[in-house]
Amino acid sequence: MRHLLDTHTLDRTTALRILDVAEDMADTQSREVKKLPTLRGKTVVNLFFEDSTRTRISFEAAAKRLSADVINFAAKGSSVSKGESLKDTAQTLEAIGADAVVVRHPASGAPQTLATSGWISAGVVNAGDGTHEHPTQALLDAFTIRKRRFGAESRGRDLAGVRVVIVGDVLHSRVARSNVWLLATLGAEVTLVAPPTLVPQNVSLWPARVVYDLDAALAEGPDAVMMLRIQLERMSAAYFPTEREYSRRWGLDALRVAGLPDGSIVMHPGPMNRGLEISSEAADSARSTVLEQVANGVSVRMAVLYLLLAGERDDERGGDL
Amino acid sequence: MSTRTVLHEADISRALTRIAHEILESNRGAENIVLLGIPTRGVTLARRLAALISDIAEVPVAVGALDVTLFRDDLAKHPTRSPRPTEIPAGGIDGKVVVLVDDVLFSGRSIRAALDAIQSIGRPSAVRLAILVDRGHRELPIRPDFVGKNIPSARTERVNVRLIEDDGAEEVTIGA
Repeated sequence: MRHLLDTHTLDRTTALRILDVAEDMADTQSREVKKLPTLRGKTVVNLFFEDSTRTRISFEAAAKRLSADVINFAAKGSSVSKGESLKDTAQTLEAIGADAVVVRHPASGAPQTLATSGWISAGVVNAGDGTHEHPTQALLDAFTIRKRRFGAESRGRDLAGVRVVIVGDVLHSRVARSNVWLLATLGAEVTLVAPPTLVPQNVSLWPARVVYDLDAALAEGPDAVMMLRIQLERMSAAYFPTEREYSRRWGLDALRVAGLPDGSIVMHPGPMNRGLEISSEAADSARSTVLEQVANGVSVRMAVLYLLLAGERDDERGGDL
Repeated sequence: MSTRTVLHEADISRALTRIAHEILESNRGAENIVLLGIPTRGVTLARRLAALISDIAEVPVAVGALDVTLFRDDLAKHPTRSPRPTEIPAGGIDGKVVVLVDDVLFSGRSIRAALDAIQSIGRPSAVRLAILVDRGHRELPIRPDFVGKNIPSARTERVNVRLIEDDGAEEVTIGA
């Protein structure tokens, strides 16, 4: 594995390999000494052109648990135009000697550019680019669903037949996109629920069903309900009349959670807008996997960094994911 | 050069029985012993040794698996390896006598990694090493406490341990 840029082109074998290695990483995190010497001497740069708390600290924790050196590069507020700044920054990182670059960027495709431009030789991990993809989030979501379903028997299993409902702002959500591709690759059945104004135009090409009525989707008894954050910062127009109306029609409240079958889980990638897309009762209920997702995120990112950095560097030449 | 079999099924079985007795003798009983196999075949051998020891001493013996992949110092020299599960028996390893079990002892680097891995899990009172085949060519100051068979080999030769549970056959071969 040379880079991790998206889940769209991630094949089933590689996806399962990442999830299985993440199981091993999770096991090491319950030990007395959590730190592993595996990536000693490697340098991981967190290159964040956009605000992020949990993804950045999750990658930072993952790299540190594997003994890599971490450099945090917050590039927000740069006045240079995007193309130039990315190139200049990339060349700076190359000069510093980065082995992997974890990049978050408001422009869709920026990690791809970084990986294929020839500016750097480091492995590139997409930590969220515009409204395109956020592959490690989807991997940790799949890991969480698999872990809840199969427990200690998770290794090697895919998500065949698992029904997942993804609710909310699909239009602006890179988390939804990455999840749709990955969950479909792993055999899950994905249903998207959103206001018609927040459904992307090309959605008919996605391996997912689209419905507009949340209660109808929940009545089918899905195995997992994934709530998306309403991304007020990306909304340039009025997509729904009021927050109250959105909350009533597409928010997950205590009543809707109570109607779910036993064993169904409630997921949210965070940060949550409590009271908007998810009520506090739903977020704090026993079905909620919000904190498990955070913990699993570290294991999954350890697995990605391990697979990117630990082996021989020229063994999978040009083998972009 | 051809491949020849240096240990047959009966030889492996005899060697393991002897090692089981030796472990019991040096430990003065089965008390406090935890057998940890190094995947893949070390785990199989550790399970067999545990069964043999508990047959002889008539007490259950704790057995588990210890993956050393994440502690290796030669990861960058090979295509990326996938780690294997580590299973530590319920009682843990603190204060216990850990017997590491592996199929072949060669450079000693796996065992060095195993010692680091043990350190991250707990603090045993002692660590011993049981090996089915010692083929020589050590690169580190590590020696086994219990050896099934010493097999002198050239550095370039391949020593292959095949076990029924993992490979459907039972033999140790050496060849070019």
